[in-house]
Amino acid sequence: MRQRDTWLVLVVLAIGLLALPFMTDALLGRGWVRILDFTLLYIMLALGLNIVVGYAGLLDLGYIAFFAVGAYCYALLGSPQLGLHFPFWVILPLSALLACLFGVLLGAPTLRLRGDYLAIVTLGFGEIIRIFLNNLNSPINITNGPQGIGMIDPIHLGSFSLGSTHELFGLTLPPVHLHYYLFLFFTLLVIFVSLRLEGSRIGRAWMAIREDEIAAKAMGINTRNIKLLAFAMGATFGGLAGGLFAGFQGFVSPESFGLAESITVLCMVVLGGMGNISGVLLGCLLLVVLPEVLRHGSGPAQQLLFGRSFVDPESLRMLLFGLALIVVMLWRPAGLWPSRQHRSELTAKDNLTKSSRDDRT
Amino acid sequence: MDTFFQQIINGLVQGSVYAMVALGYTMVYGILGLINFAHGEVVMVGAMVALSVIQLSISYGLPPILALLIGLMVSIAACMALGYSIERVAYRPLRKAPRLAPLITAIGVSMVLQTLAMIIWGREYHAFPSLLPNGSHILFGAIITEVQILIILVALAMMGGLLLLVHRTRLGRAMRAVAEDPSIATLMGVNTNSVISTTFMLGSALAATAGVMISANYGIAHYYMGSVLGLKAFTAAVLGGIGNMYGAMVGGLLLGLIESLGAGYIGDLSGGFLGSHYQDVFSFFVLISVLIFRPSGLLGERVAERS
Repeated sequence: MRQRDTWLVLVVLAIGLLALPFMTDALLGRGWVRILDFTLLYIMLALGLNIVVGYAGLLDLGYIAFFAVGAYCYALLGSPQLGLHFPFWVILPLSALLACLFGVLLGAPTLRLRGDYLAIVTLGFGEIIRIFLNNLNSPINITNGPQGIGMIDPIHLGSFSLGSTHELFGLTLPPVHLHYYLFLFFTLLVIFVSLRLEGSRIGRAWMAIREDEIAAKAMGINTRNIKLLAFAMGATFGGLAGGLFAGFQGFVSPESFGLAESITVLCMVVLGGMGNISGVLLGCLLLVVLPEVLRHGSGPAQQLLFGRSFVDPESLRMLLFGLALIVVMLWRPAGLWPSRQHRSELTAKDNLTKSSRDDRT
Repeated sequence: MDTFFQQIINGLVQGSVYAMVALGYTMVYGILGLINFAHGEVVMVGAMVALSVIQLSISYGLPPILALLIGLMVSIAACMALGYSIERVAYRPLRKAPRLAPLITAIGVSMVLQTLAMIIWGREYHAFPSLLPNGSHILFGAIITEVQILIILVALAMMGGLLLLVHRTRLGRAMRAVAEDPSIATLMGVNTNSVISTTFMLGSALAATAGVMISANYGIAHYYMGSVLGLKAFTAAVLGGIGNMYGAMVGGLLLGLIESLGAGYIGDLSGGFLGSHYQDVFSFFVLISVLIFRPSGLLGERVAERS
């Protein structure tokens, strides 16, 4: 009976996810399907960061840099910029691999130190990568500087191009819909990998390190290598999402990879619930919808309250994200939808004092 | 040869600013063992507040020197209040929480400060009025402006004052005691919380001064100036040995020199491939190299490798 219920839920969910772009298109318009695609990209990013921050407890403040590495790798290997046009199935793994390599290069010197150093080194890396992308246009033009790289090849699966509208089974599938299904596939893959990692030996080692590194070391965990693995894995997911982003967008420029984006992804993980996949999904949904609401709602609301508009939606968004990080950490450190295990760890002390108090009375 | 001395002078000026900001990082680290991510933004707030106050006082017709002094005082006061509030809001409630928590609130605070500054002062670069006589002197064939001389002197005076405070006063002794062991210091009758607050306020006062100095030197202030500056000052603190005050000073000066010499010669060294806009990259590579080869820094005795 229960088995059948689970299957039923899964089937309904699958049909829902498959029909989602059509329903969105019909109800809200094509623009929202695009937002849907970006939500999936953000989910991949957030789940990647979740491995680093949520499972292993390492703070990565320049996560978007790996996204940038993936995106530029894709852009360089599949655009007129260098005159290279490799197929999708070659570029995408390369993007992920290159991001992974950067992750290892960055993590290796810092991960044997305390976590604080990693935070600041990644913050620095996020800035540096932008400086390089902005300036590597002279004397040899590699990244085309602040103008960015355009005319990136649309994603091709064999001879099937996702860049143009197709007719399949009597359905009209415009590019945004096609990308949705591709991204959905990769998102599900990332979710699956995350789920399998969570309960695995490696996943448990990450959580052990997060809770007490010395104890974890005493239990025979090679903490440096396991931390490096978490960091590299997060970077790989970032690079993967970056490659997809470049292929979807057809254009990359250094502007898309600022600190604000890193903070956005961090906020998704922290707000939703560090270390909990459903929590991270919730965080992504909330933080993708919020800016849209702000874009339409903040102007009129300010007009109504103060008679004029003080703050543009973009600033308001960053302000709210910053506040959210503070407020969540102070009052709900495990996030809106905490993982069961993490919650018990974060509140273990309170339970202890409470129960001892109960004993006395 | 002229370039060489010119870059040395620029490096010393830049380095003394780094040193003052690095002191803020290192003092907080010495006492609490955490990196105050929001420190760079305090520098930015210091510069911006000073800018507004100076513009206001000039519009009232005050003489430039007086305007600068008032601006500096107000911005120091504002930043001390800011430093105090940051500690109260973002760090104190989390003193016993897992390590990750204060790091995340700190980045939240710096995001909030940066965005607020952007809302208040706008996205544009502000010209910082030049209030001091625009004279300059020739030293070893290099030009040093009076502003630069003043920056070096003020930095030396403030750092000297800080050292006296830490080594010769009651408060300084309390600070050193808390850095050594907070719980034992409490047992000895030190009010740990107020010492920690004072440390944040001292660091913020230095940061405000540094913010005014750097804006006066370059003649611009901008809402985004804090993050890169903070990153470099942190590098300086790590280079000197984080937690060690002399280390912060030495590291700051050294980083300033490395950076300006590097920027001056990178074009020649790489055969024109890389230009001086890669200046900001140096501090990052210094940081990585220090972390690889000598994580405890040049003067650090504490082992950085602990969890």
